[in-house]
Amino acid sequence: MLHSKTFVKKTRGGKVNKQVREHYLRDDIYCGAPICKLCDSSAARLSPSASTILVLDTNVVLNQIDLLENSAIDDVVMLSVVLDEVKNKNMGVYNRVRALCSNSLRRFFVFANEHHKDTFVKEMAKESKNDRNDRAIRVAAQWYQSHLGGAARVLLITNDKENKRKAIAEGISAETIESYVKSLDRPDLLDLVVQPSSEDVEMEEVEDLRPSKRKVIYTEHKPMSEITSGLHRGIYHQGKLRVNRYNPFEAYVGSESIGDEIIIYGRTNMNRAFDGDIVAVELLPQDQWHEEKSLSIADEEDEEEDVHLAPSSADDAPRTTNLVQGSAGDTNAVSSRPSGCVVGIIKRNWHSYCGSLEPMPMPAGSGGTAHALFVSKDRRIPKIRIHTRQLENLLDKRIIVAVDSWDRLSRYPSGHYVRTIGEIGDRDTESEVVLIENDINSRPFSSQVLACLPPLPWSVSSEDLANPIRQDLRDLRVFSVDPPGCKDIDDALHCTALPSGNFEVGVHIADVTNFVHPGSPLDDEASQRGTSVYLVERRIDMLPKPLTEDICSLRSDVERLAFSVIWEVTPEADIISTRFMKSVIKSCAALSYIEAQARMDDSRLMDPLTTDLRNMNVLAKKMRSRRIERGALTLASAEVKFQIDTETHDPLDVGMYQIREANQMVEEFMLAANVSVADKILKHFSLCSLLRRHPSPTREMLEPLLRTAAAVGLNLDVSSSKALAESLDRAVGDDPYFNKLIRILATRCMTQAVYFCSGDLSPPEYHHYGLAAPLYTHFTSPIRRYADVIVHRLLSASLGIYKLPSIFQDRPQLTSIADNLNYRHRNAQMASRASVELHTLIYFRKRPTDTEARVVKIRSNGFIVFVPKYGIEGPVYLTARSEKGGGEWFVDEQQQKIKKMDGSLSYSVLQTVRIHMEVVEPQPNRPKLQLTLT
Amino acid sequence: MEFVSPEGLRLDGRRPMEMRQIRAEIGAVTKADGSAVFEMGNTKVIAAVYGPREVQNRSQQINDQALVRCEYSMANFSTGDRMRKPKGDRRSTEISLVIRQTMEACILTHLMPRSQIDIFVQVLQADGGTRSACINAATLALADAGIPMRDLVTSCSSGYLNSTPLLDLNYVEDSAGGPDVTVGFLPKLDKVTLLQMDSKLPIDIFENVMQLAIEGCKAIANYIREIMLENTKQLEYRRGI
Ligand SMILES: [Zn+2]
Repeated sequence: MLHSKTFVKKTRGGKVNKQVREHYLRDDIYCGAPICKLCDSSAARLSPSASTILVLDTNVVLNQIDLLENSAIDDVVMLSVVLDEVKNKNMGVYNRVRALCSNSLRRFFVFANEHHKDTFVKEMAKESKNDRNDRAIRVAAQWYQSHLGGAARVLLITNDKENKRKAIAEGISAETIESYVKSLDRPDLLDLVVQPSSEDVEMEEVEDLRPSKRKVIYTEHKPMSEITSGLHRGIYHQGKLRVNRYNPFEAYVGSESIGDEIIIYGRTNMNRAFDGDIVAVELLPQDQWHEEKSLSIADEEDEEEDVHLAPSSADDAPRTTNLVQGSAGDTNAVSSRPSGCVVGIIKRNWHSYCGSLEPMPMPAGSGGTAHALFVSKDRRIPKIRIHTRQLENLLDKRIIVAVDSWDRLSRYPSGHYVRTIGEIGDRDTESEVVLIENDINSRPFSSQVLACLPPLPWSVSSEDLANPIRQDLRDLRVFSVDPPGCKDIDDALHCTALPSGNFEVGVHIADVTNFVHPGSPLDDEASQRGTSVYLVERRIDMLPKPLTEDICSLRSDVERLAFSVIWEVTPEADIISTRFMKSVIKSCAALSYIEAQARMDDSRLMDPLTTDLRNMNVLAKKMRSRRIERGALTLASAEVKFQIDTETHDPLDVGMYQIREANQMVEEFMLAANVSVADKILKHFSLCSLLRRHPSPTREMLEPLLRTAAAVGLNLDVSSSKALAESLDRAVGDDPYFNKLIRILATRCMTQAVYFCSGDLSPPEYHHYGLAAPLYTHFTSPIRRYADVIVHRLLSASLGIYKLPSIFQDRPQLTSIADNLNYRHRNAQMASRASVELHTLIYFRKRPTDTEARVVKIRSNGFIVFVPKYGIEGPVYLTARSEKGGGEWFVDEQQQKIKKMDGSLSYSVLQTVRIHMEVVEPQPNRPKLQLTLT
Repeated sequence: MEFVSPEGLRLDGRRPMEMRQIRAEIGAVTKADGSAVFEMGNTKVIAAVYGPREVQNRSQQINDQALVRCEYSMANFSTGDRMRKPKGDRRSTEISLVIRQTMEACILTHLMPRSQIDIFVQVLQADGGTRSACINAATLALADAGIPMRDLVTSCSSGYLNSTPLLDLNYVEDSAGGPDVTVGFLPKLDKVTLLQMDSKLPIDIFENVMQLAIEGCKAIANYIREIMLENTKQLEYRRGI
């Protein structure tokens, strides 16, 4: 049973007690080279013709991962000692290396040197862990050299001078990564090589000659030991740093130790921390807990607010709004919110970023290397210095850059170029940037995933019909109502009048889990993607097209498999009974919202389908009004719809998305189906159901809404969702748009609903505030949301049709799935918004427009307007930026007004103004939309 | 945590289906009627058997079969952390019971009515799989004492981590919190006499995991037979047969 010939006990020093672990050494670990005659080569990964085999040192893997991902570097032996070290130091890099090792297109072989009888090395007396590992790497390299004989050159790549010296002394060929890349004769690869931070000192060209240039800019990070003891004694607080998306000079650290958020103002206090880093924070003395100093639209030096899509929830909106102080600066009130500064970084969250280089003149004698500043699209990221040999090429490109280091002497972190995406402003490039920025996988599906699809053409088979778990509902008059041109139809409805006067109403959802089996590559891929992503001009599917547009899509006049929820409801729309079943249906019509609406409105039509529609609509209205009575909020968001040129994909027209009764009717039944399913699955699986909750907004979150409302003399009651709903209903001003505007402002104060695992929270926390429902989940869109796939599995298991996949017994994994779904969902929304913003810019490039806008926020040098017609929001400046805060205008905070000193002119919140919209290019290749008063 | 690397090696270098090094020695306690030391990797257990002998407490005497008693304990030095465990805590009571029932099921107790058999097992060093090692040690000690048995009962555990069935978990793997299936097995009769698991596992996976533990038991049985054969040969040699 045991292949080990010898075995050595390895002692590991623990904190308190000595631990003894067995360590088996084996003789069945092979070298991975197909040319080798001694080893079993069935698992060999290296190329048969490799002339050079690279053995990498840990420092090379940790620092040069971008280079390793380039296909020019291949035939690499990854030692297990190196992998272990990388894993301990940087999990992100470890995962990327692991991905390389499992990528069948690359030739990376993992050699378990630590368990090979000839390459294991015992720690020697007085030898440090590091030295021992370096020696292990050299021993392994030497083993390869002698094992392969002369068949291939074995080259140790290390940037550790000492290790290289020792290796050469021991007769191993060794080189640094720079000299190896140079020997490949590929100048473009050199940009990928990360330079050691000590070497890049000549930064004069970029860091414009400030007097402070080489001064120490940031305070030193405290050593780890001091941080640990500081955290222990409660002097420091640990947490994840989150930078304000709309003001990169402000960040928050949620600290458990003081139970509050600590605000960090300015880059100096942030002390080189990036968004997402785990940091240690020290609180500032209380007299320095000031409110935001600068409230002008453009905050610091070169940063300014852009025109952007109007936020649709609090998650999209700037964190602090409407905090307007007298411009004279008389109110220097001390804030109650603690503020602090970063003293050390516990864990970095560095990865690569998308953006472009800051425009700069070509340095004399270009062609050599140049230093440039990279500006990320993500405003939370500071500028990054890079060092490039292809400046001319990169200036008008979107590129990806990775961060390497940030020392105390430099204002900006330094990094290196990774790759080019395309030209700035090009629609495809910018769309790709949107996808990369939001971590969206838009690669085509792999062959393993496609292999999981049933053969095409697919149709309902006689086995499906004979299957006892499936009911034959083909006789029902089922139809679907969707946006025009919808190809992935995942829901259909039916409504039959019963002799008793009641109605049988059914919601039929595409039976996706009949095709997506738990644990299959298809399932894994869908689970990773989490959701389909809708950009203006394209859709990135969660599942392959044959499934979404054909096999699962409930198209008209074809038989399809479905998962049905069927209720008996009274004419008063009370649900008497609920049944769930797998079914076979045949839709008789795929209507668009417009068609459905037109049928219902046309009183001459008396055909059965139209009657069904009308009956459903009556029921839906009753259900809706009851829901609103319970306190469900009817919120509003400014959704924009583009009409796209089919050929050029350029936007032709843009306007608000119109909501009809037919939309609301379908929505109502989908909500009801989701609620019924949530009840059912929770009853059977109280600990592992996937539900969706919407936390109640705190008073603090609603503060901006209350302030704006107060300024226009409106009193909102926010004590409960019902009270808020009622006071929103009462908020009718003299202009027709007023109510909608208030609803839009209310919506953006709320956070978004999130998925969670029922075992992680207690039942009162399951509440969905916006729908005023105690339980809610997602069941109705399994084609484009993975959450619904999970819920389908839970529902089948609760009906006893299939057993629950094993993953549901693993709570931490279920929680991590829910977290991933929330993350993907959020990213998909941000990507859609970014895509709309991009198209808005393209649209207005050729069409300067005058339109109406509403003032939504007052700033000390202007105000922010919301443009209802295009759903965008942006700043209008009253004073030129150079004289910001300067004299002429002053702000009346109480009334939310900005007035001219002489009283001749004033603007107040919610007021209508006429504005001019035009795309300007203040810097080459950096077009932006500008709003001015007409 | 990664308990099985993509290369298919566990943390200590074993492959998923491999057992740790096992070692056994018969006759460590000369005073006892039978005794044995059993090691599975770093887990080391000693067992001593007294009997069959007169029942000490007459009230417990059974007229048609032998009384089997078992006492399990852990040496204070066995785990490394100097925690003094009270004798007779719940865990030891439970393990004592498990061992007693397992052994009782294979001893031919009806051949020794009105007598008593005492089994003492002590863990000298713990590194996962202690109850399996105890059962294996007890089997050897009973055999050494010459007590009639239906079959050799052997035990082995297996678990399920990183979606892989693993044979013979060591302490690190055991404390990962995954399922841990302990099987007691009669190799000749091909019967499972003990089956313990303290977490949930889907039935099809469970079957695989249990089957793996049974294979482990078979391998241990082969080893135990070898040891006994060797021991018998030495006895023959010493007696000059
Ligand atoms: Zn070989």
